[in-house]
Amino acid sequence: MKLLNQSMTYLSVSILAIVTLWATVFYFNMLSEIKSSIDEGLENHKRVIIKNAQQDHTILTKNYFDESFFTIEQIDKNQALSIKDLYLDTFLNMQDADDDAPEAEPVRMLITAFELDNAYYKLKVANSMVEEDDLMQELLYDIIWLYICLIVAIIFINNLVLKKLWTPFYNLLHQLKDYRLGKTKNLPQVQTNTKEFTDLQNAVNTLLQHTVATYEQQKKFIGNASHELQTPLAIVTNKLELLLEDGNLQQTQAENIAEVMAIIERLVRLNKSLLLLTKIENKQFLEHKTISLNKTVNNSIQDYQDIANFKEVSFRYTEHDDLGVKMDPALANVIVSNLFKNAIFHNYDGGTIAIDIAKNSLTISNTSNTEKLDGKLIFNRFYKPNHNTKGTGLGLAIVKAISDLYGFKISYQYNNNRHSFKITFPLTA
Amino acid sequence: MKILVIEDEPQLLKNIKESLEKEKFIVETATDYPSAIDKIFIYEYDCILLDIMLPYGNGFDILVELKKKEKNENVIIISAKDALDDKLKGLELGADDYLSKPFHLAELNARVKAVLRRQKMEGKNTIKVANVVLDITERSFMVQNKAVPLNRKEFDILNYFLLNKNRLVTKSALAEHVWGDHSDGADNFDFVYYQIKNLRKKLQPSKAEIEIESVYGVGYKLVVI
Repeated sequence: MKLLNQSMTYLSVSILAIVTLWATVFYFNMLSEIKSSIDEGLENHKRVIIKNAQQDHTILTKNYFDESFFTIEQIDKNQALSIKDLYLDTFLNMQDADDDAPEAEPVRMLITAFELDNAYYKLKVANSMVEEDDLMQELLYDIIWLYICLIVAIIFINNLVLKKLWTPFYNLLHQLKDYRLGKTKNLPQVQTNTKEFTDLQNAVNTLLQHTVATYEQQKKFIGNASHELQTPLAIVTNKLELLLEDGNLQQTQAENIAEVMAIIERLVRLNKSLLLLTKIENKQFLEHKTISLNKTVNNSIQDYQDIANFKEVSFRYTEHDDLGVKMDPALANVIVSNLFKNAIFHNYDGGTIAIDIAKNSLTISNTSNTEKLDGKLIFNRFYKPNHNTKGTGLGLAIVKAISDLYGFKISYQYNNNRHSFKITFPLTA
Repeated sequence: MKILVIEDEPQLLKNIKESLEKEKFIVETATDYPSAIDKIFIYEYDCILLDIMLPYGNGFDILVELKKKEKNENVIIISAKDALDDKLKGLELGADDYLSKPFHLAELNARVKAVLRRQKMEGKNTIKVANVVLDITERSFMVQNKAVPLNRKEFDILNYFLLNKNRLVTKSALAEHVWGDHSDGADNFDFVYYQIKNLRKKLQPSKAEIEIESVYGVGYKLVVI
């Protein structure tokens, strides 16, 4: 849920609560204010009636409510003494403009007693009052309107102001999403005066800088280590070559030396592969040319013909289209070459390799004795399902690294007992 | 033929010296930038093997100095840095070839000879051994003045062997030279044997006085019968 929506939810719930509470308090306050105001009127009315009664005794016999809204009834002294001024809410039959017949309407009534010429009287004075349900209804409508107005205003303010305030944040987030270690050159940068966001940006950038530094160090280390190995490897290789050349060796000694040389060859290959990987990751291949993959594949078929013949592996090459790709020619060779090597060396005698070029993809598949491989691990460095193979375990990792460098998609599939690698190139307009 | 090897790693220097001396070259050595500069400007060499990373300086500066003094010795760069940039820079500064470490001695030998041959060649670039002639420019092979057709690979193999006459050529050195990186990761280099067998089949009937011998199953050696 977006922050904006979340804050909206919280705000609308709490505003609903506040408005409801406020409305209740307001209702009772208003009601008591109205009542006390009416009560004062009734008190005044009482005094006027008593005063009038002193002059006009006829009033004292008025025992029903008429337009003057009071009744007087004679009572005995004891009764009179027990009466205290009492204000109460009650109903009287009245008819007003919106009523067809007289009906009970709420009134405020004062019941009191007074003495006049040694006689005691009970006085009831009434005054019509607001209808509570009307008041409540009216208030409810107002509250609902107030609530709607508030929510609309908040949505508006949220969308306008908060969105504007959060823009740097979303901007930073967007840049972070696109950030790729070792690929993105610039650190995420947003223009903002908001302290929280500048803090966030600084924290993120410090973290990124540290990560980038570690990453660079790691890369450099692999590169340096491989470089440092080159000279010792050269010395050992050459020493053994000289030793073999000098002769005077027994066959078994020579065979042992040959085995050592083969191991060193492997080391040399491994080292070269590591260097190549480092170079790819350091983007040391900068030549950008549109090259014909059809041609690259053709060349590779020729280059590998002898080795394939020896393994009795045959090529089946299908060109559905001309595939031109923009990349470094050396790396194009490496990709095709590594996939070829892979297809030849993991094949069995008499097997086949099918190469298929379509509009934007290159597929190389081969027969093999090995079962389906783990598509997730296959491009990992040093992944060797058969530990007895003499490969470096880096061939496919290199293909993957190059694909990543140029944004190609590489996938592995196992169909009809064939291992198949497909590189999909982005369509260029 | 005098060759100067400029290399700071003593063991490697010793190997190179030993190998080149087998070819009857006179080999002198320098292990750092100042001594290299001294030797270059006092003596004349037919070929200089130059390491890029040197104590007190670097190989590129030596190339610059050579150019300044208008000395046109053949220079082959030997470097642990297999970077294309370095290679291009070196060649641009006047080096004749570039060999990255680690290398096979047979490869170094072939490169040195190829460079020296290019310098000497007057219109014709041929290798003559016993009764055979290999014409590099025409890519033809003659035995007793009779042309023997070779395919591309066979020609390259024979060329490599002739440059390494009487020297051990390991299968892997041969595979790397002829098939390049494509031979990398091969289970073994047995496929090389097929090509050698074919080449032998062409040499014997044409009465060539050369022969490709097997050496301990590790490699081969071309000898004059």
